[in-house]
Amino acid sequence: MDVGVFGQYVMNGLMLGMMYALVAVGFTLFFGVMDIINFSHGDVVTVGAFTGLATYLGLSRLGITWAPAQVVIVLVVAMLCMAALGALIAKYLVLPLKAAPALNTLLLTLMLGTVLHEAIRLFYSRGANPLRFPSLLPTNAYSFGNFTLRVDIAMVLAAGLVAIVGIHLVINRTKLGLAIRAVAQDEETAKTMGINFTLIVLVTFAISSGLAAFAGILYGLYYSEIDFAMGILLGVIGFSAAIVGGLGNIYGSIIGGFLFAALETVGAVAIPFASAYKDVFAFGVVILIMAWRPTGLIREKISERV
Amino acid sequence: MTAIRFRHVTAFAAALALGLASTAADAKPTIKVGFIGPLTGGTSSNGIGGRNSADLAVRLRNADPKAKYTYKLIVLDDQCKPNIGVQAATKLGANKDVIAAATHYCSAVAISTVDVYHKFGLPIIVWGAVLPDITYGNNYKEVHRVNGTMINQNETAAKFMTGLGYKTWAIIHDTTDCGKGHNKYFTKFLTADGGKIVARFGVTSDQQDFTAELTKIKSLHPDVIYFGGLTPIGVRIRAQMEKLGVKAQFECTSGIVSDAFIEGLGKLAEGTLAFREGAPTEKLPGGKHFLAQYKKQGYSDPPEAYGAFAFTAMNLILDTIEAVGPNRKKVDRALNKITAANPVNSIIGKVAFDDHGQNTIAVITKYVVQDGKWTVWKESDYAKGLRKLKGR
Repeated sequence: MDVGVFGQYVMNGLMLGMMYALVAVGFTLFFGVMDIINFSHGDVVTVGAFTGLATYLGLSRLGITWAPAQVVIVLVVAMLCMAALGALIAKYLVLPLKAAPALNTLLLTLMLGTVLHEAIRLFYSRGANPLRFPSLLPTNAYSFGNFTLRVDIAMVLAAGLVAIVGIHLVINRTKLGLAIRAVAQDEETAKTMGINFTLIVLVTFAISSGLAAFAGILYGLYYSEIDFAMGILLGVIGFSAAIVGGLGNIYGSIIGGFLFAALETVGAVAIPFASAYKDVFAFGVVILIMAWRPTGLIREKISERV
Repeated sequence: MTAIRFRHVTAFAAALALGLASTAADAKPTIKVGFIGPLTGGTSSNGIGGRNSADLAVRLRNADPKAKYTYKLIVLDDQCKPNIGVQAATKLGANKDVIAAATHYCSAVAISTVDVYHKFGLPIIVWGAVLPDITYGNNYKEVHRVNGTMINQNETAAKFMTGLGYKTWAIIHDTTDCGKGHNKYFTKFLTADGGKIVARFGVTSDQQDFTAELTKIKSLHPDVIYFGGLTPIGVRIRAQMEKLGVKAQFECTSGIVSDAFIEGLGKLAEGTLAFREGAPTEKLPGGKHFLAQYKKQGYSDPPEAYGAFAFTAMNLILDTIEAVGPNRKKVDRALNKITAANPVNSIIGKVAFDDHGQNTIAVITKYVVQDGKWTVWKESDYAKGLRKLKGR
């Protein structure tokens, strides 16, 4: 295979993987602190992207057309709104069900996800159509043989990697991260150490949902198009990536995200005629991995919990 | 006491008078007819345009003092999903008050609902779906279609593109019956015309990322990427071609001839080619009249590419009910008598069904997106040589 083509596949795979990883990290954080699966997470990505688009349209109307300012404002508004939405979900839907079986929360978040994307479809102006997401980043392209590098894509990829590194630093190097890890490990002990459990849960939901909004905006910038159903499959894949990596382990979910993207790319390219089955191929391999390592590639340190 | 009784009597009399008055004005019996199309989801712009057009036919008929009946349009959404479409079709079929219906824009939905219409004996006229098998894959007398099939558009598409001097193609099609049909017929005509297909990808109709497929296509350097499917993935593929620097000409089917395609892409839509049966609405024999009436009703969405067909389908149903009465069997028999020997006039020109209920439409219009509008090829700057397609 041509080096340029190979490079392009790697680039595509990295972009996809970064997107999946950002979503998967959210699933892992929810599971870590609350032991729940939040299935509305994929749709929070969608709502984040649409919030970003609405913000952009608002800015254009206000006459703010300087692209760098637009990008920053779009990102900040979308992330803050989704962080607030995440905290609200935690406070009014997840925490009240804390004593109920985990299945109830799962069902509730699944339904919430449907409400979110259906609301966009019905109430967002022309929300049932694919909507164009503006190109806010420079679109210069450099070609090296079959490899084309666009500045905007490189920036999106870099931004995604920065976010992943950032979340890693927050979890491992800050007091907040320590508290999150403490709650994840043992809620009761964390409480007796003076950690405000409710606050930590709200903050974790806010961080994850803010990340989801970030992923949504990157998605829009990368594909130049968003639609109301984009979060559904993204949620399923993000969840699978988190599971494959080892639910509850941040590195696991990042690895899971990139692994899933690699599988999809290989599925589409290496198996002739099988482009339509690339998801089948990727999920099939995931099933095999689960059979081989039921707790995921990187095990969560749960021995203490037992 | 008497005062109260008197008041009661007056009230009763007044009610009676009102009732009589309303029956007098409403002397015509009310007949129900149906419409099904994708009102939500990615192809909803076409569905809503079709719904409005069918609604226009009903409104105009109800305003006509000579009409024997008052019509009520039952509108159902198939979401462009076969399972939802079958539910909608069953709902109409099971409702004996519905005499006939204009149904479906999406081929994958139409092909899975024809059995339902046959079972319930509900005469229908397809107004937008292009898969040949909808009419030719069965012998159901209930199924008719006013728009053409994808066979003709792909024949024209292949001839036209090879005529422009393009040599190699990569095909992306969705794996619904619709996409597979496009793949089959385009391949058949293209290879007959000497074109070469270097790669072929079937993709699911909700796929979002096409970078792997497009990277592979890019390395094979085809002149043209042919896409057989509908607007939502059409938008995604074109946008991602740009990101990857794929320079091929983008060629599509009637499935993307919609304003939503251009809205979704903005400037990137420029130069995209598509082929659709029938003349553009404003050039149809009754196109001007249709568009003027449509505008007068103040619908908030445009009729889109297949609005005129939906209007024709509904109008044909109403004409037939007027002629033979509100009875499914009679309406069906009358529709099947509209043959080449006995055609009827409509805003899309003469309509005549063959023995499979298929209207024969000879004209295929070639479109190119120019300055954010679907422009007829002949009148475009591209045909005049003022602008150039990719690789020409």
